[in-house]
Amino acid sequence: MIPELGHFALWLALAVGLVQAIVPTVGYARRNLRWMSIAGAASQVQFLLVVVSYLCLSEAFRQNDFSVAYVAANSHSALPLIYRLSAVWGAHEGSLLLWLLMLSGWAFAVSIFNRRLPADISSLVLAALGAVSVGFLLFMLLTSNPFDRAFPIPLEGRDLNPLLQDPGLIIHPPMLYMGYVGFSVAFAFAIAALVTGRMDSAWARWARPWTTTAWLFLTMGITLGSWWAYNELGWGGWWFWDPVENASFMPWLVGTALIHSLAVTEKRGLLQSWTLLLSIVAFSLSLLGTFLVRSGVLVSVHAFATDPARGVFILAFLGVVVGGGLLLYAIRAPKLVRQGEMQLASREGLLLFNNVFLVVTAAMVLFGTLFPLLMDALDLGKYSVGPPYFNRMFFLLMAPLAVLVGFAGVVSWKRANLVESFKPLRLLALVAVVLGIALPFVTQGQGSVAASAGAVLAVWVLVTSVQEVWRRVRAKPSLAAGLRSVPRGAWGMTLAHIGLGVWTMGVAFASTFNVEKDVRLGSGQSADIGRYEFRFDGVTHVEGPNFKSDTGHVVVSYRGREIATLNPEKRLYPSQGSVMTEAAVDHNPLRDLYVAMGEPIDKNDANGDWALRLYYKPMMRLVWFGGVLMFFGGILAATDRRYRLAQRASASIPDGAAAA
Amino acid sequence: MRTLILAALLFVFAGGAFALTPQEGALDPEQEARYRTLIHELRCLVCQNQTIADSNADLAADLRREVHTHIAAGATDDEVRRYVTDRYGEFVLYKPPMTARTAVLWIGPFLLVALGVLIALRMLRRPRAVATPAPTADTERLRRLLDEEER
Repeated sequence: MIPELGHFALWLALAVGLVQAIVPTVGYARRNLRWMSIAGAASQVQFLLVVVSYLCLSEAFRQNDFSVAYVAANSHSALPLIYRLSAVWGAHEGSLLLWLLMLSGWAFAVSIFNRRLPADISSLVLAALGAVSVGFLLFMLLTSNPFDRAFPIPLEGRDLNPLLQDPGLIIHPPMLYMGYVGFSVAFAFAIAALVTGRMDSAWARWARPWTTTAWLFLTMGITLGSWWAYNELGWGGWWFWDPVENASFMPWLVGTALIHSLAVTEKRGLLQSWTLLLSIVAFSLSLLGTFLVRSGVLVSVHAFATDPARGVFILAFLGVVVGGGLLLYAIRAPKLVRQGEMQLASREGLLLFNNVFLVVTAAMVLFGTLFPLLMDALDLGKYSVGPPYFNRMFFLLMAPLAVLVGFAGVVSWKRANLVESFKPLRLLALVAVVLGIALPFVTQGQGSVAASAGAVLAVWVLVTSVQEVWRRVRAKPSLAAGLRSVPRGAWGMTLAHIGLGVWTMGVAFASTFNVEKDVRLGSGQSADIGRYEFRFDGVTHVEGPNFKSDTGHVVVSYRGREIATLNPEKRLYPSQGSVMTEAAVDHNPLRDLYVAMGEPIDKNDANGDWALRLYYKPMMRLVWFGGVLMFFGGILAATDRRYRLAQRASASIPDGAAAA
Repeated sequence: MRTLILAALLFVFAGGAFALTPQEGALDPEQEARYRTLIHELRCLVCQNQTIADSNADLAADLRREVHTHIAAGATDDEVRRYVTDRYGEFVLYKPPMTARTAVLWIGPFLLVALGVLIALRMLRRPRAVATPAPTADTERLRRLLDEEER
């Protein structure tokens, strides 16, 4: 009964979505304010219906209702409750429901927070979101219904993929989806701007907090994903340039370009059509990511054919959304009027180059990901494009961007003198070069060109970001007054840029000075990495709720003094017959010590010698800490008070278009 | 055909070494570093999408041992790469070599940067008669209100 209720709620949500998409649009065409105002109520009702549906699926998981095929495929009665609830998004159908929940949640938020926007903009934004939701609802209901019943009813479920039974995986997908789906709001704003022809600073001010919010969730989602892979996959890596990862990174890169071009549009009324294009592209890449991950096309071009209904549907949906968006753009964008001049020597001029590098990097990742598929499809041979390619290209394309970041604060809008602007930075540049080159020697006792190059860039970004705030503060009579005078948006920018510097530092060190050792150890034996000694004290057998574990005991000493006991695990999940590695990590800001269990040398003797993998990774934490700083920077920027004022200001204006 | 080869390989290597088994025989530090770099560049052919360094599969362990043996015997990186591509094709290389077919992969991004920079410079230089639309009453008022909040 409960699954049927959830299923029914989805059909109702589809009906409401159709109303939400069509009625306000017709209302706009006919200048009928009442029809337009239906959008808000419709999006709220739709959100409610999707929440009901989502709760129904969660309840089916809670009850272990294996008569629901999706539950039977992804749960097990021994699975702990928290993982049963997160198993809702453990596979295809449920992830779509989560996607939809996020989408309708964003629309709900828009309908609440943007009540005061001009009626034509706010209703068209909601109509566009409604149209996207219709596509997703149809996709679910026609090809991927999570509420389908199974007959005969299995006695036991097939269990959640053990890879996903990890705390990181409880929050990672919702964060990531919040980000992906959040770009639908930027997309919807772009559609509304194109339809109404209203594309000015005020528009950018409305769209900006939404875009920043989507971006900060995506940032956190990617960071959490990386942290999860590091702990759970047992290979000591934190980014594999896997197509699935790339699918989330491309919208991030374009989204980052977008939040910068929105700044130009808001402050200077320039780059409007480019900003619109980026809004459309960012969401298109989110959809493409969903397509790549969900259609099976990544495994092989031929896997696409195993479930053609789904693949064809997403492809068609992608065509309608992206094609429709771009068509509207092609027709309407040329009509947008440029409001001013743009100088190379100005903040907007430099931001233009920021956009060039970010967008080309996104294109590089896209092309590198699709290259093997293209070559295979064209019968030109089988190729692999992996980390060695992406790492090198990424560094070459991103290094100039890191240099540019240093100028973010000192170069003024409109017109600046680049030579004059650079003067206060000369000392900082010197500091960056000296400190950056010295750091590897000082902290690691050895040199490396790659690490020094990265460290120079990192220090440059860090010191110039701090200097930017300091410059603003110093302009005021007292420190307190100075600190208060810095707008929250500027704090946000500075914090995010500091996050970039921290991240760069982490990557430079963790990837160049990473030491990795495969060792064979019996109980009581030890192996060294530098001054760290890892003593293996054998394994104990532990029974988990739905797994059996061989838990290793490794005592780590530094210069003879014990500093940590690590307990890496090798787990067997009998319900799927799969073996999982749970790495154990001892960390501080300067280094991670990481131990992963390989296999017993004699497969039948868990008490004999084991193969172990040991890692020393300097400054590993900085990689994720940088992501966290960017996340908080995003929060500060998105909650700047001028966005709330922008709404109030617009609310006091008679509604030109709607009243006419 | 490829599957057949893979199946044959698997059969030959079946019962081979255990995954992650530490390699026997010593490499000097420079060789060790090259060995590490190389195993992170080679694809495990029976895995979803993993390097042989990251894979637990038997085939990956065997390939690691092959690389190890070759390096210990004094092979250069290129010789090792040639050895594996002769056997498994270019698919095994995560860093495709620069050839006519892959040129676009290596050069394309830089061409795009050049193009982007050219377009940006054109946008910045282009002198244009700025057609500012006559501000309507609302946009004017809105702008005033917004500007007031600019501190």
